Amino acid sequence: MGNFLVARLAQAAIVTIVVGALSFVLIRILPGDAAMRIAAGRYGPDASITEAAAKVRLELGLDRPVAVQFLEWLGNLLRFDLGHSLVTAAPVVHELQVQLGASAWLAAAALTLSILIGPAIGVLSGLRPGGVADRLGLAGAAIFRAMPPFVLGLLLMLVFSKQLSWLPPAGFGSPREILLPALTLALGLAAMSSRVARNSVAAVVKAPYFAFARHKGLPEAVVVRRHGLRNAAIPVVSYLGLQAIYLVEGVVVVESLFAYPGIGHALVHAIIERDVPMVQGTALVMGLMFVAIAALVDAISLWLDPRLRRTA
Amino acid sequence: MSMIGEFTEARARPRLSGSGIFGLALLSLLGSFALVGPVVIPTDPAAQDFSASLAPIGGDYLLGADHYGRSLLARLAHGARLSFGLAFLTMLAAALPGVLFGLVAAWKGGWIERLMELLATVVLALPGLMLVLLLLAFSPGNYGPLFLGLSLTLWVEFYRVTRATSKTILAQLHIEAARVLGFGSGYILRNHVLPVIAPTIATLAAFAMATAIIAVSTLSAISVGLQPPTPELGSMIVELLPYYAEAPLHVLMPAMLIFLLVLGLQLVAEGDRG
Repeated sequence: MGNFLVARLAQAAIVTIVVGALSFVLIRILPGDAAMRIAAGRYGPDASITEAAAKVRLELGLDRPVAVQFLEWLGNLLRFDLGHSLVTAAPVVHELQVQLGASAWLAAAALTLSILIGPAIGVLSGLRPGGVADRLGLAGAAIFRAMPPFVLGLLLMLVFSKQLSWLPPAGFGSPREILLPALTLALGLAAMSSRVARNSVAAVVKAPYFAFARHKGLPEAVVVRRHGLRNAAIPVVSYLGLQAIYLVEGVVVVESLFAYPGIGHALVHAIIERDVPMVQGTALVMGLMFVAIAALVDAISLWLDPRLRRTA
Repeated sequence: MSMIGEFTEARARPRLSGSGIFGLALLSLLGSFALVGPVVIPTDPAAQDFSASLAPIGGDYLLGADHYGRSLLARLAHGARLSFGLAFLTMLAAALPGVLFGLVAAWKGGWIERLMELLATVVLALPGLMLVLLLLAFSPGNYGPLFLGLSLTLWVEFYRVTRATSKTILAQLHIEAARVLGFGSGYILRNHVLPVIAPTIATLAAFAMATAIIAVSTLSAISVGLQPPTPELGSMIVELLPYYAEAPLHVLMPAMLIFLLVLGLQLVAEGDRG
């Protein structure tokens, strides 16, 4: 039962170390002497800059061995002391708090929409394999899966904002603005999950326990609800774990496309501006968000399928 | 980078389905456009002609011209070659070490296998695109980190599938027999293992190329990948977007090309999955 938690905690630790190590190297290969840069930022680039830089080097311990500095860097990371943005000079943590909320809303909206669309199509297709709904679902899934999220987002933007003027193409604040980016992600997610749902529904419909429930005279609705949906949901939910990758990657892309002020948008901007503390902070939070979604999916899978609890 | 599904069991014999044949036809069409196009079309994809800015389709320019008056036909052909070429190289750089490490881990086991598994776990801890983005932070807009980041994330899938499949094959009796008869490891891997895993690897390769094409165009579209004036399909879309009102088809053509490339690769991959 607790196994999956341990594994996910280990994953979170790896995410922290990878992000921290890459950022540590990144900030050291930025052109120029780090102490000089900080001194110039603090006291202005005047005649006594060399002495000021020497003091800064001593104060921040930049003259110590690289290994010691790296351990300290990781230590700060663990205390969630992420430093200050090189561009706005605001503490990274403050910026992240605002952005995390925006991104979490987007991810939640996308996931909810995809759960409304994907499995519904999947159930329709799976109840009658080879039927019209199944063929349409297959074609739709193939088309939406071959479309990168940014192309899909652009098309939605062109249709719903430019042609029909129904929804705003960018911005943040009201549910109207979240709809297009969330729909972009949801369609991509649903394209994949609808096929998983279809296969699992088709398998359940063929299963002996499903036929038995019918033969013993249960009403069709009860058969589908009690014996169909829960069993069919197991593969769909565990597939959500794989979809977490798509979701997190998609959030980065779609936020940049729709100028949605979330963490993905901030990450891309930090990379363009080479604002290393922001790169580190945003990448860390996105990575941890990914681990958190995966852990949540693990937990739901365990709840849905008691058999896993015995083996785990 | 989640397009690559989870399938590890060896399949009997691959046969192309209807959609697989369609995908193959689509790919050969686009492939010849990408390979032959840049050679046959004499126009320089970077040559500007401001008198032909946003020239319509079918005039002096067969597929029109963009806002700088650059031939879209030439740019699309060069863009297709860039996408295809970069995806192919990335796939090779991921598949070769992936398969090799997978075979070694399955054959040797022990600490080599544990080390490889740890490496794979570390790479998989972050979503692939995040790793590519972090590497891109080192030098945005360059081929190097893009290529490195993509192959670094994509090799894991080749490795995991190769290792898992080879392990089951190596545990079988005819391998034991071959070993007892004194055949060397190279011979056994070449003649008993590789032929069995080859179709799966081909499927993974097609998926990997589709993933690479999506990633390169996406990253260029959000301006951290390849930069204009490189004729990259994703950045072409974004460059042309402000002129959508005047020339909607110009924006949609590169988007269509990306879509067809990815669709072709995915259909081929799934077609021979059976």
